[in-house]
Amino acid sequence: MKTFKMGGVHPEENKISNDAAIQVVPVSAQMVVLMNQHLGAPATPVVQKGDKVKVGQLIGEAQTFMCANVHSPVSGTVLKIEPVKDAFGLLKPAVHITVEGDEWMDTIDRTPDIKRQCDLEPAAIVSKLKEMGIVGLGGATFPAHIKYSVPEGKKAEYLIINAAECEPYLTSDYRVMMEHAEEVCIGVSILRKALGVPNAYIGIESNKPQAIAKMQEMARQFEGIVIEPLKVKYPQGAEKQLINAVTGRKVPSGKLPIDVGCVVSNLGTAFAVYEAIQKNKPLIENILTVTGKKLPTQHNCLVRIGTTYNDIIKHTIGELPATTGKVISGGTMMGKAVVNLDAPTVKGNSSVLVMDGDEARRNPEMACIRCGKCMNACPMGLEPYLFSALVKAGRTEEVQQNNILDCIECGCCFFSCPANKPLTDEIRLGKNRVRAMMAAKK
Amino acid sequence: MTQQILIAVIVLGLIGAFFAVVLYFVAQKFKVVEDPLIDEVAEVLPGANCGGCGKAGCRAFAEACVAQGNMDGLRCAPGGEPVAAKIAELLGCAVMQGDPQVAVVRCNPSFCGDKRRANYDGLTSCSFAATVFVGESGCAFGCLGCGDCVAACQFDAIRMNPQTHTPEVDEAKCTACGACVKACPRRIIELRNKGRNNRRVFVSCVNKEKGAAARKTCENACIGCSKCEKVCPVSAITVADSLSYIDFTKCIACRKCVPECPTKAIRDVNFPTPAKKAEPKPTPEALGEPKTELKVEPVAVPQPEPAKA
Repeated sequence: MKTFKMGGVHPEENKISNDAAIQVVPVSAQMVVLMNQHLGAPATPVVQKGDKVKVGQLIGEAQTFMCANVHSPVSGTVLKIEPVKDAFGLLKPAVHITVEGDEWMDTIDRTPDIKRQCDLEPAAIVSKLKEMGIVGLGGATFPAHIKYSVPEGKKAEYLIINAAECEPYLTSDYRVMMEHAEEVCIGVSILRKALGVPNAYIGIESNKPQAIAKMQEMARQFEGIVIEPLKVKYPQGAEKQLINAVTGRKVPSGKLPIDVGCVVSNLGTAFAVYEAIQKNKPLIENILTVTGKKLPTQHNCLVRIGTTYNDIIKHTIGELPATTGKVISGGTMMGKAVVNLDAPTVKGNSSVLVMDGDEARRNPEMACIRCGKCMNACPMGLEPYLFSALVKAGRTEEVQQNNILDCIECGCCFFSCPANKPLTDEIRLGKNRVRAMMAAKK
Repeated sequence: MTQQILIAVIVLGLIGAFFAVVLYFVAQKFKVVEDPLIDEVAEVLPGANCGGCGKAGCRAFAEACVAQGNMDGLRCAPGGEPVAAKIAELLGCAVMQGDPQVAVVRCNPSFCGDKRRANYDGLTSCSFAATVFVGESGCAFGCLGCGDCVAACQFDAIRMNPQTHTPEVDEAKCTACGACVKACPRRIIELRNKGRNNRRVFVSCVNKEKGAAARKTCENACIGCSKCEKVCPVSAITVADSLSYIDFTKCIACRKCVPECPTKAIRDVNFPTPAKKAEPKPTPEALGEPKTELKVEPVAVPQPEPAKA
């Protein structure tokens, strides 16, 4: 079975919410939609206080290159346009909407029929992705229309769909495969057409045998979709690792996947692409996993973007257990702790992970024992212990010379460190310093 | 035996002489001509290499002084006026006058150790924590409490208060080198004029949220109500982005704004005790008098101590 060559770890999988079917979380009375839900500049609000909006109406427009459209997830009246604290407490521009009814835009096809035929030209598909505000749902929220506009002089040879779901606990992609396999395959076909590549590869880790079987059965009905079962190893879902696992190619330092002829998208993105292109539905919904070892019930749910964490918790598990230590958005490896549960969810959120007090704590840091485990674990072939020392000493230029910017912040080094050194944190700090230094030099 | 010793001495002597000649010519060839004044200036400097002047170290500062020939725009904060006078004497130029400054922490947190909201246990570094989340206090502008400023200080002049999780500046030790100002990712610390008798009035908050939101975040946050702006007799206070700022070059330390502030965000430091506060002396003309008044007071305090002993 295929996997990537260098490094990687195998954390406890904990896919305890595998069997929970996707449930719909009701719309809250008031919704807050952030204007920067994607990588890049925030969208510019195009509605004003007092405006009536419908579900799927454009409320934030992308006015710069690195930006994505934002649509209203609900119908109602715009209450105000004011910055709001996001999940990490930082102020972000946002549109507040008081919900009235559930009136959708007429253009959106809400019938349950599945539409297979797509007659759009590749260029039209890309512009529609932009219009619908589609971003990569693997976590980085990279605007899809930029990814699928292959720059001149470069050629895409592989389309790789990431269904590895290598992060512990997360099961939302698994549920999408189980419940919407056909739509996903249509979405993949559309993306394949947009790129003009012969084959699309869907990489699925072997700990999801049912999903592999289901997708293989469905893929037979489509042209050019290959299912690649992959050996379970984290971070298989990282772009460069997945390319290495599926094609054997290696993205050189400082280059992009397209430089080796690859484009990688998440499975969730493929589903969103199907809805956007075939059903005219902008990206206004998220599929989230609500899970935790100590929770009485496990959930996978469909929420409108802008629903607060508190509302999701209320409608799924009821209330947080008293012993809760942390609520994490994302998986245990790369996810971030949420400090403000009143914050709205955004595009690209994949889970609400409730960690118990004990498991949420970090163990006390000890001295480095030079065991080299972090080097062996690093999937990018970097030397985390070295970065740690150099960052502490403030030697930013040396940090840069050792290719710190290649780090994908997967957390394997911290995970493998027997001395519990916060290596990933130190590397992130080092990356910030290197970027600041590069910006200052310009 | 003697012959062997003699041979060894002669051979080694010849080798030594040969290398001496080689070294002499090499030294002549690669001679570095340096202005001896640089050494003299460097000698005068404190030698802390704090970088507060913007140069890589004290020697780089000395080189810059000598290259420039005067001290315009060059200032050694730790050395202060005496060092500036000495350098000016060496260079033969006029002394640059500047008001003595001190680092001021503009955050007045209403949260204490038991009110930690996030239980952050990541890397103890403000510049990292600032990229991850809002901070334990819940204020997106306030102190993160990881102590980057403490680590940056070369003079042990800034310490973390374990109760409030915010730094405190030791005025006696602070040289206003500005290292902490640069280290703070939230730009809370500011260099302000020390003021007459070290008395300063400043807004101890940098929260730019609107009034209600700011108040919700922190009891001591500036809500931008403009009360202080209206009461200021010398227009030293400006309110922008729901945040008040006192211009220390204009402020006359009359303290009219202090009781006006509804959230107690404006702080006055080193003023006499509240009993004296009642005395009306807010006008600029009256400011000359308290100077002598205060001078009496510190002298009066130590006097009873030896008597007790």
